Amino acid sequence: MSRSVALQIEGLRLSRARQEVLRGVDLVVPAGDVWALMGVSGAGKSTVLRAAVALDAFDAGRIVVDGEVLLPGRLPAESRLRALRRRIGMVFQQHALFPHLTARENVMLAPIHAAGVDPTQAQARADTLLASLGVAHRSEAYPGQLSGGEAQRVAIARALALDPHVLLMDEPTAALDPARRGALADTLRRLAGEGRALLITTHDIEFARTVADRVAVLAEGVVVECGPAREVLESPTHSATRELLRHSLDEPPVA
Amino acid sequence: MRSLLILLLAVLAACGAPPDTGRGAVLRWGGDAEGGAPFVEADPADPAVVRGFDVEIAGMLAAGLGRTPQFTQVAWASIEQSVARGDFDVGMSGLEDRPELRSRFAVSLPYFEFREVLAVRPADRARFLSLSDLAGRRVGTLGSTQAYQLLLDAQRTHGVVPVSYDDDVHPYTDLVDGRLDAVLLDHVIAERALRRAPGFVIQPSAVARGHYVAVFAQGKEALRDSADAILRARIADGSLERTFRRWGVWDEEQERYLARVLADRTASDGARPAAASRTVRAYLPALARAAAITALISLLAMLLAMTMGAVVAAGRLYGGPLLRGLLLTYVEVVRGTPVLLQLFVLYYGLSGVVRLPAFVAAVLGLGLNYAAYESEVYRAALQAIPRVQLEAARTLGLSEWQVFRLVRGPQALRLALAPMTNDFVALLKDSSLVSVITVVELTKQTAIYATNVGSWVVPGLLCGAIYLAMSLPLSRLARRLEARWHMA
Repeated sequence: MSRSVALQIEGLRLSRARQEVLRGVDLVVPAGDVWALMGVSGAGKSTVLRAAVALDAFDAGRIVVDGEVLLPGRLPAESRLRALRRRIGMVFQQHALFPHLTARENVMLAPIHAAGVDPTQAQARADTLLASLGVAHRSEAYPGQLSGGEAQRVAIARALALDPHVLLMDEPTAALDPARRGALADTLRRLAGEGRALLITTHDIEFARTVADRVAVLAEGVVVECGPAREVLESPTHSATRELLRHSLDEPPVA
Repeated sequence: MRSLLILLLAVLAACGAPPDTGRGAVLRWGGDAEGGAPFVEADPADPAVVRGFDVEIAGMLAAGLGRTPQFTQVAWASIEQSVARGDFDVGMSGLEDRPELRSRFAVSLPYFEFREVLAVRPADRARFLSLSDLAGRRVGTLGSTQAYQLLLDAQRTHGVVPVSYDDDVHPYTDLVDGRLDAVLLDHVIAERALRRAPGFVIQPSAVARGHYVAVFAQGKEALRDSADAILRARIADGSLERTFRRWGVWDEEQERYLARVLADRTASDGARPAAASRTVRAYLPALARAAAITALISLLAMLLAMTMGAVVAAGRLYGGPLLRGLLLTYVEVVRGTPVLLQLFVLYYGLSGVVRLPAFVAAVLGLGLNYAAYESEVYRAALQAIPRVQLEAARTLGLSEWQVFRLVRGPQALRLALAPMTNDFVALLKDSSLVSVITVVELTKQTAIYATNVGSWVVPGLLCGAIYLAMSLPLSRLARRLEARWHMA
């Protein structure tokens, strides 16, 4: 593969309350790709993302983000995570926008305070980002005044504020009506097209098929199946994948 | 501490006061056992029983009327109000005869003449002989007394600095400690203080003279006249002299005075020319100044409480086990003990170690007390911020301190605003407690004013209006802030 690897997860093991949640997860997401991490609820999808953004410590394995290495054991002090934080962004399922700041201020916070960017420049960059995501007109609004879709786009803008090469999104379609999912898919494809690696967790088969280059299925703490989206979703080889597909046909996607 | 105990006793006594029955059989009289001997004190052998020369005189009056005396405990400054309310038939406890008193009450013949005397440190014995020697000096006394009025007059004429106390013990200890240059009080009180704790001298010449009287409600003139007749009889038969001798307050001057009372059937001695009765307008500047002191103390104390509270809350959330334990102890001790006691400890208890000015002690005492409450408000507010907010901030590369300062703190502040406003308004009113450490703030000034004009109606209304004028804008500001932040 000629493209550079932006996010590399090797043999990731992680226990929670003496229960091993991840038992050796391997993922290699190249720059420019969108990967969907799938699995039933509780399979540990969000846990993989949390480990990759250094919110949770892990027991064994290695995570490399754009050259920055995370090792097992206690999390390093925040000051030693600075470089990593600039290389990877995260969009939380509930967006977690700061309710006391306007949309624009949410986006400006990291550049000004974490990266020391001049406020005027930070604002210009924030406005460009918000405009590119179609929410420039909401830049003065507070999170409580935003619709779910708008809040998500502001949250994406905030995660992109330091121009990370890797973007993680946890269940991005969970709070979106079907009409909005197409627009989101377009946005994510564009972001990947700009050279970023995107790793998203989702339950939504349709969305995964539209947006993802590759699909990785997580079951029993390991990646049981990984390949081009169409291949995995149309001719699954593993029982866990078939289970996942059957579920999504039975019931509407989790809202 | 003693005041607290007496306060408690007073409350108990008030609760336990019997209903208005058996009026014919008992003479209900009210006094303040906190005043202590020789006036009224709790009997050390049986604290439920009071003794003192006022107690004995009340007994004489009751016996003469064919009734049984029944004592009601009431704070000294409130005795007259309680008489007016009809809580008891007669008030006694070293009550001073004053012209305003005679305009509102039926007053007995003055049965004791006291001298207002200056107490000074031995080194000043030759320097401070009268009030005119005390220009620019701090002179303490009991608030709401004739002596306080004398000091206020001396403030105008000689530039004396009056310092008002809520009790008659601390003026003398503060004199010995050097916080005061002199104390002006009744010779009975001065001599008692000297017996308790030496370290000062009493100047021999009297600054002024005054009289103790028994106070009856208006309309009880007949009862008063009977009481006067009984008093005369007891003066004549030497009972009063024996009582005064027993309590160590008999001297030649007293002998001459009582002889004069017997000779002069009108006993007009108490009705000296009235000081010009003070109008509302005359008191407005003093009230305004007191209100400013209340506002300033409250503001400074609240600033201290907010700063300390934030530090304590942060320490309890982010600190190690030792720090957390220390801060928890601080919060529990401060929250679990009365602020009045804390003020006493700061001002009087620590005076051997550090002699804080009253104003500083007031701000510190209130501020450190409220800091304990504020810290709990902030801690609860900080803990209410969802974890994902902090995680989102961390993934953006903010340091732990930046997360606190930019994300957690500001959101917690919004949650804490309503309880903080509550506390500020409460603090504004609690600031009236600092009068126990000689700071004359709004409530104290109102009490002085009320004693002077002889009614609480106008002073009370004015005082309430001023407190409201301070607290309402505060609540309004908080509501506006909340409304602005709510959309956030």
